Amino acid sequence: MTAMLRLINVSRRFGGLIAVNNVSFELRAGEVVGLIGPNGAGKTTLVNLITGVHRAGAGEIWYGSERIDRLPPDRIARRGIARTFQVVQPFPLMTVLENVTGGALFAGGVPTIRAAKEKAMEHLTFTGLSHLAERPASALTLANRKRLELAKSLATNPRLLLLDEVNAGLNAAEIDAALDLIRAIAERGITIMLIEHVMKVVLKATSRVLVLHHGELIADDTPGNVTRDPRVIEAYLGSKFAARYGSLAP
Amino acid sequence: MMRVLAFAVAVVLVMLPALADNYLLRVATTMLMYSALALGWNFIGGLAGYPSFATAAFFGLGAYASGVLQTKGVPMPAAWALGGAIVAVFAAALGRAILHLRGHYFAIASLVVAEVLREITNSATDLTGGGMGLNLPVLSLDVTAQARLFYYAMLVAAAAALATTALVAHNRLGFGLRCIQQNEDAAIMLGINTLRYKVVAFVLSAVFPGVCGGIYASWVNYIDPTDVYDVLLSVKPIVMVLLGGVGTVMGGVYGAVLFLLMEELVWRNLLQFHAGLLGIIVVCLVLFLPHGLRGAGWAKLWRRRTGEAAP
Repeated sequence: MTAMLRLINVSRRFGGLIAVNNVSFELRAGEVVGLIGPNGAGKTTLVNLITGVHRAGAGEIWYGSERIDRLPPDRIARRGIARTFQVVQPFPLMTVLENVTGGALFAGGVPTIRAAKEKAMEHLTFTGLSHLAERPASALTLANRKRLELAKSLATNPRLLLLDEVNAGLNAAEIDAALDLIRAIAERGITIMLIEHVMKVVLKATSRVLVLHHGELIADDTPGNVTRDPRVIEAYLGSKFAARYGSLAP
Repeated sequence: MMRVLAFAVAVVLVMLPALADNYLLRVATTMLMYSALALGWNFIGGLAGYPSFATAAFFGLGAYASGVLQTKGVPMPAAWALGGAIVAVFAAALGRAILHLRGHYFAIASLVVAEVLREITNSATDLTGGGMGLNLPVLSLDVTAQARLFYYAMLVAAAAALATTALVAHNRLGFGLRCIQQNEDAAIMLGINTLRYKVVAFVLSAVFPGVCGGIYASWVNYIDPTDVYDVLLSVKPIVMVLLGGVGTVMGGVYGAVLFLLMEELVWRNLLQFHAGLLGIIVVCLVLFLPHGLRGAGWAKLWRRRTGEAAP
């Protein structure tokens, strides 16, 4: 199977801080992969490198057969890589429908505003926001704003979707609903990388988990193996707990 | 109803030279010029949300480009058009240089452009006459015919600016600019080439003031650097758009009319303090009417007065 996205020895530093250090991995078409790591591990920086917001200081990023680590972010978006923002980024004074229309009109490649609106309405129905189409985006609840982010990204007609903490700040019921939505998106054949703190989501939705710690990739395995990996436990809970857990483990 | 009204206004504007005396025609010509300047600023300042203070630079460059071309023998209307084209090219290059700046940084960068051009114009004495100013070729027309000619020229410029605004507001470009205005980072993620969109908006915001500068130069027959690079030419269009409604199609026109009324009625009675008054208007607009007079709570105020219940 060919890699949809391939990172080769990618690094990025901000001044003295090495945010992403020599990271290599592949995403295959149709996969749902989790990306976890403690706060400050470099997860969002990694998303910013893939989407072209930041330039990689070293290494290569390949999307299919094209090297994309020197492309500007709007071109990468038009190539079919979409992302949601950890802190939601709506167009606050536009309606929900107009927000999504923007995605279809530009990166989505729909030629006219009218056609883009129709396309946007489909995405609103899919994400369960159609009844709010004419409301201003600033009037939505947090859960619905996260859904709006998703609808906007989907409207760009992506092949790869990077979801940066779409479940942060949601309650249990909202998370279950979001989980269903993520599954439905995956069923459309869209490759997903899920940046998550909510382990329930990671365990249920993904087939493979990447773990980032201090900018380094410390694990790349199935969700079950990753949660038993002593290095991962150490990264999250400290070495003392990891030692105790290790002695308790069968 | 609105259509009938718009048609009536258009007819009056076309017929005006036959109806009005020269004073009224001069005021109307100024009003049209202000409309074109305000509509121009609205592309970059209103739609894209980039607070440009470069209008004076474009106006002055258009005036001098057209003026110099005419002294070299280029016919007047061709000189206006060429002046506009030169300003457009200048704005495209300038935009690529400064449109990556955001907010106040962009405002300051755009503000100094007029100062730089003024100094260059002052130094290029051979071409521009420097601080002595530039005399344009005198037209062999009587006063009334000239007044009508420049009135119609400004009418065409303002109408073109309005038509372009209406076109842009409802197409892809306008949609993209509104996205940029509301959240540029999100706009990039939707695949909008934000630099290109902003440069196009900047060029549109330059070309109408540029052409107006050329017409203005021919109209007043004599230009000098302090006159056509006057910073008030940058500030007034902003105030007009703030008055009329930022980012709306007709905002620039309403604002220009209101502003000119104020200028004609209040200004001349406050010669010592008119810059101060302008400042007070700006402060009041920003504090109390951020969406312009149209966004004011007129309906609410009306209901309160008449004691009607809110719907």
